[in-house]
Amino acid sequence: MSALTLQSVPRVASGFRLQFEPAQECHVLLYPEGMVKLNQAAGEIMTRCDGKRSVAEVVTELEKAFSTTGLEADVIGFMNVAKEQLWLSWE
Amino acid sequence: MNAIPNLPTPARPGPPLWLLAELTYRCPLHCVFCYNPVDFARHEDEISTEDWIRVLQQGRALGAVQLGLSGGEPLLRDDLEVIVAEARRLGFYSNLLTSGIGLTEERAVALKAAGLDHVQLSFQDSTREMNDFLSHTKTFSLKNKVGKIIKDQGWPMVMNVVIHRLNIDHIDRIIRMAHEMGAEYLELANTQYYSWAFVNRSQLLPTHAQLKRAEQVTEEWRAKLGDAMKIYFVAPDYHEGKAKKCVNGWGSMFMTIAPDGFALPCHTARLLPGLTFPNVKEANLRDIWFDSDGFNRYRGTGWMKEPCSSCAHKEEDLGGCRCQAYMLAHDAEATDPVCRLSPLHHTVQAAVAEAATVKAQEHPLVFRDPANSRRLSP
Repeated sequence: MSALTLQSVPRVASGFRLQFEPAQECHVLLYPEGMVKLNQAAGEIMTRCDGKRSVAEVVTELEKAFSTTGLEADVIGFMNVAKEQLWLSWE
Repeated sequence: MNAIPNLPTPARPGPPLWLLAELTYRCPLHCVFCYNPVDFARHEDEISTEDWIRVLQQGRALGAVQLGLSGGEPLLRDDLEVIVAEARRLGFYSNLLTSGIGLTEERAVALKAAGLDHVQLSFQDSTREMNDFLSHTKTFSLKNKVGKIIKDQGWPMVMNVVIHRLNIDHIDRIIRMAHEMGAEYLELANTQYYSWAFVNRSQLLPTHAQLKRAEQVTEEWRAKLGDAMKIYFVAPDYHEGKAKKCVNGWGSMFMTIAPDGFALPCHTARLLPGLTFPNVKEANLRDIWFDSDGFNRYRGTGWMKEPCSSCAHKEEDLGGCRCQAYMLAHDAEATDPVCRLSPLHHTVQAAVAEAATVKAQEHPLVFRDPANSRRLSP
């Protein structure tokens, strides 16, 4: 897996499942015998990591959805952390 | 710390995030450390497929999200695929905890299609099979075959090996084998001394020296393998002098349904005297979780006695395990004697010290089978 660029297309790594849990009012990431509760920002990013959208597209969408700019560094920072945790993968 | 002792228990616990479905106590194996109750042969009834479907629906509505499908050997239930499919439909992450016996390619394909998320393959190297295992004969080839079947389905493979005195010195070989089989995770689970493992405790407790060596070997492998395989070394509470927050707190996030439908805060809770637990055939999971006497009995810290009730660590470990307190102190409300602050901690230290002696070899191993079950629990 190469370093993340704006053209990378991240996806939730195999063996993990992302879903919204009404009982916990948040997105969770499920994996063998475990679960990570995601905060809202992490949930918004992870749900867009579908193996189709590029990092640039994820950033644009989030900036639009939250009527803001300058999210690129935060999104890339989070994705790199998520990769270390094995939550995300990309080519 | 703890200026206000005996804070009231939170009125409403969170959801039972972890639902463990013990589908059957039937098992082709006879492991000497089995965690099924010693009297399992007295509980032969099994609830129906419809009962399990209802349990899953009620559990999911309560907020349960992780589902363990366990036993006994869960593959002995021929409705496993139906149960898995319903779990998937409801949004559970399903974990099959199996010995691998009965996991044919055909069955694996069907379980994958039904939506099974993950398989945890365990090694049962009791002494009868230990030779097999170490000499790479029957058991080893079966596990290898099953390991390949699991990988072929694209499931993440978690390998679980229960560690005890009779196999702890082979830990290097165990780790190498797991790595060669392509496991993503390896759990080296030191035996917890309940049920059959308690019956066989004198034969299974490792010495301090063995444990230290095993931890060293594990560290060496971790350094070598990095992220290629995550190795969890589950420390044994007898040796640490520290009580564990058993099932993350009684009735806080874990619910077991026994094969006959009884709902339990942990899979051994039925051994505690004076407690009654509801059955899913008669009650729904919401009432069981929030309102039953069995689940409320040891929630929080209000039930504690000294030295727990004034202890600075009581929220961290919640007094340890109630079943262990009952087994070792004959009082389910006592401090878990594995804690060094327990007045009975010396009995645990004595049991560990005895592991290094000839006396520990005197008791023959008792294998988990229906005849022994009936003999030990008349």
